[in-house]
Amino acid sequence: MAKHKTPLLDELEKGPWPSFVSDIKREAESRAKNEKGVEYQIPVDVCDDLLGVLELSYNDGETHWKHGGIVGVFGYGGGVIGRYCDAPEQFPGVAHFHTVRVNQPSGLYYTTDFLNKLCDLWEFRGSGLTNMHGSTGDIVWLGTTTPQLEEIFYELTHKLDTDLGGSGSNLRTPACCLGKSRCEYACIDAQDLCHDLTNEYQDFLHRPAFPYKFKFKMDGCPNGCVASIARSDLSFIGLWKDNIRIDQKAVKAYIGGEIPPNGGAHSGRDWGKFDIQKEIIDLCPTKCMWMEGDTLKINDKECNHCMHCINAMPRALRIGEDTGCAMLLGAKAPILDGAQMGTLVVPFIKCEAPYTEIKDLIEKLFEFWMEEGKNRERIGETMKRVGLYKILQVLEVEVDARVVQEPRTNPYIFWKEEEVPGGWDRQIADYRSRHKM
Amino acid sequence: MAFISSGYDPKQPMKDRITDIGPKHYQEFLPPVLKKNYGKWLYHEILEPGILMHKAESGDEVYTIRVGSPRLMGVQTIREMCEIADKHCGGHLRWTTRNNVEFMVDSKDKVAPLKEDLLSRKHDGGSFKFPIGGTGAGMTNIIHTQGWVHCHTAATDASGTVKAVMDDLFEEFTHMRLPAQLRVSMACCVNMCGAVHCSDIGFVGYHRKPPIIDHNVLDQICEVPLAVAACPTAAIRPTKVDMPDGTKVNSVAIKNERCMFCGNCYTMCPALPLSDGKGGDGLIIMVGGKVSNRISNPKFSKVVVDFVPNEPPRWPTLVKKVRQIVDAYSKGAHKYERLGEWAERIGWERFFEVCDLEFTWHLIDDFRDPAYETWRQTTNFKF
Repeated sequence: MAKHKTPLLDELEKGPWPSFVSDIKREAESRAKNEKGVEYQIPVDVCDDLLGVLELSYNDGETHWKHGGIVGVFGYGGGVIGRYCDAPEQFPGVAHFHTVRVNQPSGLYYTTDFLNKLCDLWEFRGSGLTNMHGSTGDIVWLGTTTPQLEEIFYELTHKLDTDLGGSGSNLRTPACCLGKSRCEYACIDAQDLCHDLTNEYQDFLHRPAFPYKFKFKMDGCPNGCVASIARSDLSFIGLWKDNIRIDQKAVKAYIGGEIPPNGGAHSGRDWGKFDIQKEIIDLCPTKCMWMEGDTLKINDKECNHCMHCINAMPRALRIGEDTGCAMLLGAKAPILDGAQMGTLVVPFIKCEAPYTEIKDLIEKLFEFWMEEGKNRERIGETMKRVGLYKILQVLEVEVDARVVQEPRTNPYIFWKEEEVPGGWDRQIADYRSRHKM
Repeated sequence: MAFISSGYDPKQPMKDRITDIGPKHYQEFLPPVLKKNYGKWLYHEILEPGILMHKAESGDEVYTIRVGSPRLMGVQTIREMCEIADKHCGGHLRWTTRNNVEFMVDSKDKVAPLKEDLLSRKHDGGSFKFPIGGTGAGMTNIIHTQGWVHCHTAATDASGTVKAVMDDLFEEFTHMRLPAQLRVSMACCVNMCGAVHCSDIGFVGYHRKPPIIDHNVLDQICEVPLAVAACPTAAIRPTKVDMPDGTKVNSVAIKNERCMFCGNCYTMCPALPLSDGKGGDGLIIMVGGKVSNRISNPKFSKVVVDFVPNEPPRWPTLVKKVRQIVDAYSKGAHKYERLGEWAERIGWERFFEVCDLEFTWHLIDDFRDPAYETWRQTTNFKF
């Protein structure tokens, strides 16, 4: 028997898409029955009360969660977010309802053994409700009380060999696509880079040293399945420098209709017969492809790695073999100054363990930002304030035309004194000797 | 409910303390067929909506069945997924970046029983637990934020709006009949904790009334200079306020006409709430963003509907507007063309016409320098 009446939420049990209301009710019921005899460490009716407070929000159109509050585990400044309900008398089960961020494994693969252990811990010491996963990538545990936090951390580290993620003005938990584990497009080992950097910068993950949050994300190729170009302060996108590998036999099979284009992604509608001219060659953004008889030719020097031809004919075309990644800086969502896309700062860098060259760049960047960044200013905003020029100098990278979309349209160049013959120090008497007042 | 310690001793917090160990190594979790062929994949095919086959150089194949999830899930559901993975997949499974769940098997004959098992499971309320789809030229799961379930700045609910829209667009999840993939995202306030700012379609909760100033507590719970500095439009200034009981308190004053309702002040100072259930809060709809570099450059989403009211529990106006956009796109775009590419090709003036959306004053950007880039500086427009 449900603790609270939820007529509005019940409407969301209808329809084919998995219902989160049904899911929370399932959890509530499981806790009420407690068939396994779990000694719940937070209120048994936490899920019922969550439904109750959500129904209240559905009635009055406003959230009933209070602003943060500082909670966490000893020695860490991140990983736990305080959360309290503003109607604790009505819903005591969720009066204290803190979030725990658990660092996810790269690529979001799990064994059932590990997942079940996570479930045991969270059922015992928390609400049993999760987000799989949070927007940044962490396993997010929704709702526990303050006395449970150290206990959860102890069990995570001692028994499950895993750690909390980041929150606050920290390095946030790095995230990546599934990379080489199951994708033929991966130009870099995104999972390894993610795991390596996560471990290398644990101190920054757990102890706030930055002006604001900082996110690393790794995409194995320019398709961008983890959206690094839009969502990470420092984005790594896999690229190749040499030629696309062509299997001409497979090209013919696509033309002949034996292999469906785009891996079969368009099979739900009749788009007509595959037309290599229309679907590949004409859509190539740099027009670097053409047919010679029944042979596909690519002028690879003009290719800009957009991925379309490779995506559309994965059995005929493969990424090149000289691989590495581009690094882009400063992406963020709109708040406060408007959205920013990552800006290219390093067009190509080799990306192999132990990633020394990459870490060298990261450390220069961190040092600069911790010194120059304003409170609550993302690195992308700092970059806008000081200029890309300054950032490239900080990184000590060679500048080339790849880092801009176009050169400047104004001639207001900040020449430095040492760049101009004779410097800036001039004598008025000398000038007047040539020009009378 | 007796307190049970895990072994942690609050009197000696440093005793045996383990910190900064990071996550478990991903290699421990890979299914054997993936581990064996790591970095040696040749190509993939989508056999039917939601079912992928990846072929390795070794000749090995892995079959993946992708199912949708509500993202917010209890451990009972996770345990059920584990039970399925134990039964069919050798105890391995994974999540995607868009909150789908993938069950993988290493031979084709294991696909049909897995598929049948997944589709047979339904919640008591009638919804699928594990609908199959989310691949190719179709719609995948809507990524979303916390909403009223767990967030203090949410202007709308996230899980509820997503459930309502996904129910309506369910067929686009289970089919691959759109011109290209359609990535839909939801954020419950303009902080945009999901990548809504670069999605084909995004809906974003937002506030439309300036903060209410709680003079009673402001000075006790906020740093006034931080609240002042938090405002990107300099609408907030420090002031002293005479309270009804005759006392004078330190507080802030707000120039309401400068407020763009971002909520950053509330984040810095809880005495400045913005939420309004009486018509102030609702959603905007943004379209045309993408993160992929495929064919055209990554793009930001653009606001095309300036306000949709909060209509819990099923947000009919939101659902209807999203549907209008999806239908017009599905009808009008070329094969491989993303929503934003299509809108640019036909022109935004035509976009509003074919989607039957009203272009309003609020859709002309008036926020800072980038606004200029969005005004038209050409006579190349359409009637």
